[in-house]
Amino acid sequence: MRETIQRLTETFGPSGFEERIRAVIRDEVEDLADELQVTPLGSLVAIRRGSGGGQRIMMAAHMDEIGVMASYIDEKGFIRLAPLGGVYSITCIGSRVLFENGTMGVIGLDEKRQDKKQIPSLSELYIDVGATSKEDCPVRVGDAAVFVRTFFAQGRRLVAKAMDNRIGCAVLIETMRRLQKTPHEIHFVFTAQEETNLSGAQTAAYGIDPDLAIAVDVTGTGDRPESRPMAVQLGQGPAIKVQDALMIAHPLVREWLVAAAERINVPYQMEVMEGGTTDAAVTQLVRAGVPSGCLSIPCRYVHSPSEMVDEEDVEGAVRVLVEALSTR
Amino acid sequence: METISLLRKLTELPGLSGHEQPVRQLLQELWSPLVDELSEDRLGSMIGLRQGSGAVPRPRLMLAAHMDEIGLRVAGIERGFLRLAEVGGIDRRVLPGLEVVVHGKRDLHGVIGMRPPHVIPHDQRDKPIPWAELFVDVGLPEAEVDEWVRVGDPISFYRQMVELQGGLVAGKAFDNRASVAAVTLALHALTRMSHAWDVVAVATVQEEVGLYGATTSAYHVAPDLAIAIDVTFARQAGLSDDRVFAIGEGPTIGIGPNFHPQVVEKLKSTADAHEIPYHVEPAPGRSGTDAWAIQVSREGVPTGLVSIPVRYMHQPVETAAVKDIERAGRLLAAFAAGLAADFRPGWEDEA
Amino acid sequence: MMLKELSEAFGPSGNEKAVRTILRQALEGQVDRMWVDALGNLHTERQGKSRNRLRVLLTAHMDEVGFMVIGHDDSGGLRIRPIGGIDPRVLPGAIVWVGPDRVPGVIGAKPIHLQERGEGEKVDPIRQLVIDIGAKNKEKAQEAAPVGTTAVFATRFRELGPTVIGKAFDDRVGCAILAALLLGEPPRHTLHAVFTVQEEVGLRGARVAAYRSEPDCAVALEGTIADDLPKEKDASPTTELGQGPAITVMDRTFIAHRGLVQLLTHTAEELGIPYQIKQPGIGGTDAGAMHRVRQGVPSAAVAVPCRYIHGPVGMLNLADFENCSRLMHESLARLTVRTLRRE
Repeated sequence: MRETIQRLTETFGPSGFEERIRAVIRDEVEDLADELQVTPLGSLVAIRRGSGGGQRIMMAAHMDEIGVMASYIDEKGFIRLAPLGGVYSITCIGSRVLFENGTMGVIGLDEKRQDKKQIPSLSELYIDVGATSKEDCPVRVGDAAVFVRTFFAQGRRLVAKAMDNRIGCAVLIETMRRLQKTPHEIHFVFTAQEETNLSGAQTAAYGIDPDLAIAVDVTGTGDRPESRPMAVQLGQGPAIKVQDALMIAHPLVREWLVAAAERINVPYQMEVMEGGTTDAAVTQLVRAGVPSGCLSIPCRYVHSPSEMVDEEDVEGAVRVLVEALSTR
Repeated sequence: METISLLRKLTELPGLSGHEQPVRQLLQELWSPLVDELSEDRLGSMIGLRQGSGAVPRPRLMLAAHMDEIGLRVAGIERGFLRLAEVGGIDRRVLPGLEVVVHGKRDLHGVIGMRPPHVIPHDQRDKPIPWAELFVDVGLPEAEVDEWVRVGDPISFYRQMVELQGGLVAGKAFDNRASVAAVTLALHALTRMSHAWDVVAVATVQEEVGLYGATTSAYHVAPDLAIAIDVTFARQAGLSDDRVFAIGEGPTIGIGPNFHPQVVEKLKSTADAHEIPYHVEPAPGRSGTDAWAIQVSREGVPTGLVSIPVRYMHQPVETAAVKDIERAGRLLAAFAAGLAADFRPGWEDEA
Repeated sequence: MMLKELSEAFGPSGNEKAVRTILRQALEGQVDRMWVDALGNLHTERQGKSRNRLRVLLTAHMDEVGFMVIGHDDSGGLRIRPIGGIDPRVLPGAIVWVGPDRVPGVIGAKPIHLQERGEGEKVDPIRQLVIDIGAKNKEKAQEAAPVGTTAVFATRFRELGPTVIGKAFDDRVGCAILAALLLGEPPRHTLHAVFTVQEEVGLRGARVAAYRSEPDCAVALEGTIADDLPKEKDASPTTELGQGPAITVMDRTFIAHRGLVQLLTHTAEELGIPYQIKQPGIGGTDAGAMHRVRQGVPSAAVAVPCRYIHGPVGMLNLADFENCSRLMHESLARLTVRTLRRE
């Protein structure tokens, strides 16, 4: 699985610009699915038709990552940026970014800032691609870029950019590999545009009209120095969501995951996350409502270019999903 | 149907957003004799259908009142003390000293304690207690707490309704069980009235966390017209007169982009005809009620809003006038009965 | 000029009747179908003539920002709240029309002579301002403008040469362009053109219109922010007057479909129509609601740059207006199934 995770995390795919990551995932799942579809907003749907008698289940992991978009190019060829998803200025400074056309840039900070004690706003940052004028700048307004950082593994811990949520994509892919028999019709959806507005999952769910939906995504942890209290810790197993900022997991879906974990003795944690949400927040509201839940991978430093997960948690998530999906 | 005992039953039950089962159960009992069909949608909203007398296919009037209430949730467990997360919008200043019920493997009564003021530095005493220092204490040994309680379990306020002077009542969850009561009274009244339209009473779930039950149940019901019933701010000490309404002077009728002008007019004329006092409540944008979600369901739904003034909203002492709740019920019943079989809200500039 | 008539019409969110009436009269008999839905959106449809015709949803919103009367003070003033986003700094000294009958009113502030020291450095929030219609007392005010009455800026349209000024160019300019598209030669694709309501309070009309439409793609036509005044910092003007129609790549509410953006830019380049890319990440349009309806709708937004929007007097350049119409017309003629395909 490590190779897949590395390949996925190192691929370009900010929100709205998912062509390359979609191609990589398509390559991974092509032989594992009965049918592949791309939705009008660019989500990739891989369908596994079960032996019958089960439910229609939507499994969602978003494939887009946070990034930045060129919003203005000044006379000297410096590029101002707009965020694609939740980008924090403090993790930007000194970072390198990569545009789709291969242009690399570094992020600088205005020296004449209004209040130097304040955390800089994104409007005080710029990208320097080494251009000397607007004319020779290889980037155009509207071009998107992602953060650049290589993958590494150290013991059980895996670190990369875009672990949010390529790790969820990796879990779905591995689940598809290991899932032998299922009564269910399962739509594995690699959703687009989660980080900006959750529209990929919402529209895919409308098309699928599932009986239930599960998002696989990252969640925060409370186990770092001076972190805010949160019951989830890295390495204590996948987390089964109870609530986040925008959703309360449907009790039946939540307990379905709990029961699967208990049957195969995979350690798990219950998750109450006070900030942030996942695709499940929108799938639950589609049409007349879809009972929705979320299986989370604990992750430190979410939305920084170095997001850390634990391999055992990832393995546990796959096992829970395979168990849940194999049974009625 | 006796309003005060109805309110007591409805408000004293726990029913946090996403955990409305106890209210659903009560409504099963209360609404069964009043409707022709009772069902639930996929997120758990309760749907009671009273068939109209008009020809099939009959237009449908949806009466939506949310049944969920705000509350708390176990965010973590430390040495038997329970850390808190909020469900819905909570002013944490009302929490210290409150009795609660933790809904774990079994219900546990508990209190929200605080450190004694004697040990708190003076400069901290004029600040609200931070979330990180608020715990529920169920008074059991650590091992027993771990046995009964799991991270994520809901915690409801424990509060018995009290009757105040002048026909006022106070307790928790008047937002929005007062409206569920009004809808129940309306259904009751309709058993003695003739109505051409189908009347679909819906007790929606998860309003407090994002109008979710209204979103899905409106799609499910696909009504031709909808009235949301919710609470609004009553005049109280410390509030300016802007957009607050006197308690005991009747419900309010919403006006603004969220509401179809002909629905507003019909609500007003119905109230006038039945001598039900009301105020007009302006909403220049988002009304913050189920009506906001219902209006944009599918191809759009002509929507109205009836609100019951309540003091101290989102606190365990929400206060309302029994009379206002009864008037809201009468208004809804009269509105439903007054809908002619061929009436459809339109636009005055249409041909 | 239709833009003048549309600009001067009374139409705050939820109260779009006057605008709808103008458009309905202009389009009556010129389209294949026309109807009004439950929220008050005006739907029109023109059948496409191509065999491979697509169904294209085009929207422009009829509503404008304004005010709602929420109470009355003892001296006869109307207490108000904004409908949509209004910067309170533009209010003192404004003249407004109250109600569809356009009763004039004024918004004044404390005379400079009577201000305490430093008071002139503060902005009066809207809840401290009232509209004065000349009512003698509270009762008269209640009678003339009961709670719930709406008001808009009172501004007459005027031509200044290459530019024009007026109120509500956001989005009556979009309405004017959309009406012109409908009145043109028979379209290649079926045009479902909707003049939407309630954009300014949350993109509400477009959402239900898109649900009804089930289109293959959608384009919102807008009047958008121009921030091209002199500035200290070399920063984006968002859009600039006179530089052509503005094409959105991303705003707060959606990411535009890449194929549609390419169609628009390639069409402009092919025909030499000036265009600009609107500063990404700013503002929102009906496309934000439309793109997430049902199974998802590939969407784009094209706009005429307007200075001073959401204030009493906006300004736009007529060449941008013409170029926006032309760009839309030509792009629709070049749209094919392949434009919308995703690998």
